[in-house]
Amino acid sequence: MLEVPAVAALTILVLSLFVGVEVISKVPPLLHTPLMSGSNAISGISLVGAILAAGGGHGEVATGLGLVAIVLATINVVGGFLVTNRMLAMFKRKDRS
Amino acid sequence: MNTAIQLAYLLAATLFILGLRNLASPRTAVLGNHLAAIGMLVAVVATLLVQEVVSYGLVLAGIAVGAGLGTVLALRIEMTAMPQMVALLNGFGGAASALVAAAELLAAADGFLPSPSGIVPVAIVASVLVGSLTLTGSFVAFAKLQELIGGAPITYPLQRTTNALLAIAALGLAFGVAVSPLDLPLFWGLVAVSLVLGVLVVLPIGGADMPVVISLLNSYSGIAACATGFVLDNSALVVSGSLVGASDIILTKIMCDAMNRSLANVLFSAFGATAEEAAGVGGAEAQGNVKAYTPEDAAVIFSNARRVVIVPGYGMAVAQAQHAVRELAEELAQMGVHVQFAIHPVAGRMPGHMNVLLAEADVPYDQLVEMDEINPQFPETDVVLVLGANDVVNPAAREQKSSPIYGMPILDVDRAQHVFVIKRSMNPGFAGVQNPLFFNDNTMMIFGDAKKVVMALTEALREYNA
Repeated sequence: MLEVPAVAALTILVLSLFVGVEVISKVPPLLHTPLMSGSNAISGISLVGAILAAGGGHGEVATGLGLVAIVLATINVVGGFLVTNRMLAMFKRKDRS
Repeated sequence: MNTAIQLAYLLAATLFILGLRNLASPRTAVLGNHLAAIGMLVAVVATLLVQEVVSYGLVLAGIAVGAGLGTVLALRIEMTAMPQMVALLNGFGGAASALVAAAELLAAADGFLPSPSGIVPVAIVASVLVGSLTLTGSFVAFAKLQELIGGAPITYPLQRTTNALLAIAALGLAFGVAVSPLDLPLFWGLVAVSLVLGVLVVLPIGGADMPVVISLLNSYSGIAACATGFVLDNSALVVSGSLVGASDIILTKIMCDAMNRSLANVLFSAFGATAEEAAGVGGAEAQGNVKAYTPEDAAVIFSNARRVVIVPGYGMAVAQAQHAVRELAEELAQMGVHVQFAIHPVAGRMPGHMNVLLAEADVPYDQLVEMDEINPQFPETDVVLVLGANDVVNPAAREQKSSPIYGMPILDVDRAQHVFVIKRSMNPGFAGVQNPLFFNDNTMMIFGDAKKVVMALTEALREYNA
């Protein structure tokens, strides 16, 4: 049987799926790339998991894997948001001209 | 984990949702990106405050290294290489999720954590399988876009059977690990099969379809993060992962719709009959007369035009020709020619790719016209300049039922009075399909590097009108 926390997490999962679908209903093609890159940065949320895995003191193996995960996830997060910002900055300049 | 941290995760999730919503609209996109980034900062800081985190030095060092590398990558990368950059970053994200799940399992095997029970083994399996597949799949997509390997679909005998068997093996191993999570040989088998599967699934997909693949793999990395959230019982990962998983599936569908194709067609069309038929048609089509011209010839025709439409494609990106094109457009405008840019929704290798590049070169926003708006105007257009675009102007998509790109909406440039095509060679486009447009009577080819040809054309126009 599933425990209560697992059921709560499943509830959150299903509701988030619906939100994810609703949030992106109509997107102009212009914004497909920035949106893809922005949501890609958000998927770097695994950084949170990596911090818990590396910092939990669960032995050398877990710490090592967690540390690699921290580096990779941070690249994803920082790189993702910066790249998105660079792309959007160009559109902004264009609007003013 | 205390209440304050849970509330911080709730705040982060709210910021992610608002961020995505704002990113989907041109006016608020910058704000959306900032909101999402702030959400991430909130989630990370809250996590650092968790009591269980003991080795701060290590964690902060890892973050510093990752942030440094990420910043360098993001600021150094050329705008033209943006699609492969997103693929690369996405691969890292998927790998991180899989590594975290693996770390939890191995910590349990070493006796540092209790043996996984309940939903946790299933979540570990899902995260490792999807995360590993995302890692290698994204890297293959990166290699194809960076042209480290050929962009054409890579096929070989029994491909479908091999992939099906591998997928079955992956599911079998996944079931085994879910039942007995501490059986490490089974676990490493699952990792290996998932990594190989990621490579083999993306290899047969053509380079032109990589944007769709990247968007789909984006969704996968969200799913992997969500699964990792179940492993750690962490609501931030569950919410954000499923948000990204769902929204990128929708984005993938929007992109497939723009090409008038189903996702299944994009993923599997290289298998079996379609590819062979396409090869046959392409071969037959390759004969015909092609008229090669020089920029000086073109200058004469451009000087007599009143309406010119420029169609940019990936060739413009490769040649970094966007600034040269802007100069050409300005020169034409000074001569009193009406100039517009026709933007196909999937021109380049990522939707919006051309908009980004032309924006970088300061081409005024109002000169960019989308496909549906410009198509009825082609019959009244004097000259079309196709600049490194190919598949998106291929009339076969409209006329030849046997063509692999049949049904894809295209720019009807063949209906204009004159069409100039600047191309490096007669090689077929990224989809590997021959283009009948090049053999039309009103089509004139100028062979060469897009940037050099455009600069020569601008120069020739100046001289001709001096």
